[in-house]
Amino acid sequence: MNKNNVIPGFGLSLGYTLLFLSLIVIIPLSTIIISVTSMTFGEFAAVVTDARSLASYRVTLLTSFFAAFANLIIGFITAWVLTRYEFPGKSLLNAFVDLPFALPTSVAGVTLTALYAENGWLGAFLAGFGAKVVFNSWGITLALIFVTFPFVVRSVQPALEELEKELEEASASLGATRFQTVRRIILPIVSPSLITGFSLAFARGLGEYGSVIFISGNMPYRTEITPLLIVTKLEQYNYAEANALALVTLLTAFAVLFALGILKRIIRRVPA
Amino acid sequence: MKNVIGKLLTVFILTIIPLSLFAKDITLLNVSYDPTREFYEEYNAAFAKYWQGKTGDKVTIRQSHGGSGKQARSVIDGLEADVVTLALAYDVDALHQNGKLIPADWQKRLKQNSSPYTSTIVFLVRAGNPKNIKDWNDLAKPGVSVITPNPKTSGGARWNYLAAWAYALKHNNGSEAKAAEFLSAIFRNVPVLDSGARGSTITFVERGIGDVFISWENEAFLAVNTLGKGKFEIVVPSLSILAEPPVTVVDRVVDKRGTREAANAYLEYLYTPQAQELAGKHYYRPRDPKVLEKYSNVFVKTELVTIDDVFGGWQKAQETHFSDGGTFDKIYKR
Repeated sequence: MNKNNVIPGFGLSLGYTLLFLSLIVIIPLSTIIISVTSMTFGEFAAVVTDARSLASYRVTLLTSFFAAFANLIIGFITAWVLTRYEFPGKSLLNAFVDLPFALPTSVAGVTLTALYAENGWLGAFLAGFGAKVVFNSWGITLALIFVTFPFVVRSVQPALEELEKELEEASASLGATRFQTVRRIILPIVSPSLITGFSLAFARGLGEYGSVIFISGNMPYRTEITPLLIVTKLEQYNYAEANALALVTLLTAFAVLFALGILKRIIRRVPA
Repeated sequence: MKNVIGKLLTVFILTIIPLSLFAKDITLLNVSYDPTREFYEEYNAAFAKYWQGKTGDKVTIRQSHGGSGKQARSVIDGLEADVVTLALAYDVDALHQNGKLIPADWQKRLKQNSSPYTSTIVFLVRAGNPKNIKDWNDLAKPGVSVITPNPKTSGGARWNYLAAWAYALKHNNGSEAKAAEFLSAIFRNVPVLDSGARGSTITFVERGIGDVFISWENEAFLAVNTLGKGKFEIVVPSLSILAEPPVTVVDRVVDKRGTREAANAYLEYLYTPQAQELAGKHYYRPRDPKVLEKYSNVFVKTELVTIDDVFGGWQKAQETHFSDGGTFDKIYKR
């Protein structure tokens, strides 16, 4: 071992990290794969490409995407307000942002359903316009927006805080319009963190269960999310089939995180 | 130093020996499903008193409630339940098939298919019964909104579905195709499929969705008497199903923990008049004919079919109707 290592203790801390990452993440997740190996490939393919499974992916992917996208905009504005302005009650508002993380998601689901159901007060108001937001994909999206809200805000906030006001002032004094400043100065700096927030929100949405089952109506082929289908399989003691669907969700989430990570690196390299 | 340890040891032995000789402290874990919570709270107290009077042992019973299938899985995965009291024999069978925790013939070990109390499926409608719902065929009519949980995730919902199926068979000379059509008409009227029975109760009672809620009888009484007094009525259909929630000792666990004697007694006591009385009080139909007679003003008499007679047992019913690709899936496939 090299005694003149520039980072002393690296071997020990890396070993420690790997040990706990294995115990807490890698080994549990690999049992999913082990359980799936009890099926033949044909069985596996039949389960994951079943019409009902496909319908559930569609619902899950679309609602997660729209929820993450909505949070991209809402979260960015919130982060902007929290970093750029001083106002009374700001720290209180700042604390509120994290509440969706703390709240049990099932409570969020029940509360949102009560509020937006046709006899709830927001739901009754919306029903006046002929809009129904519970027991359909809108309801699922709404629940996912709620539970993934803090991701974008908390990812973007540090980037915005580091963004020097002088840069914007310089760009303005050099004759740039506000739009040009946003496009050439602000967006390049914050976009990697926007992508991080988006990908975290999206991946989280794929696996969300508690908040969604109350508000979605759980109708097969229409509003049935993949996590519910997994529970349905477990309810029939079909551990292998449940894990097959879990594996699909897992791989999708990993692919999303990985692809967006690459996108982030590409954006960083492109000169502003 | 040695002296001190010796003294401590003596004191320790002197306190432990009498306890273990004369009275034992026993804990039992009863893993059950959702709607039995209130019943077992009262039953546990009654049993503890009886057992202490009989043997001098102090027994503490812990309860665990949740969806029946989920509870069975927890036990298979290692939750140390001394006894299980679940919603369906199918879920208890899983303890044998998936974990070898109990023998295959567990259901013969206690009287009456090991189900000390029964229940059935009834309709809950809004006060005044505005849609005039009398029987299963009213649920298949267009414009009637029906609330039931998803049979794939809820044990209670499987009873709902099978009761409707049995009714359809009877009125269509046993035609399976007609029955499937009938069920499909009912499920077209279902706007929300909750994942469990309690979720459906909330949808119907709190959210005000649906004209009729297909429900466990005891859950319906709960809604009528406590959740919304005067807001609901119970309608008993002309034919329903005899739901037999089964109980059994989990052999692997009681042998390991040495609690077999108390666990057996705990379940056998369910058949005594005192316990039957408690079951009746919590709207489970008592097995004891005398106690049932006392509650004849509560439980409406109706034709009740059994899973064994109409569907050839739970394994077969599960296979035909609720497994992937079964009739329920076909009904839902567009």
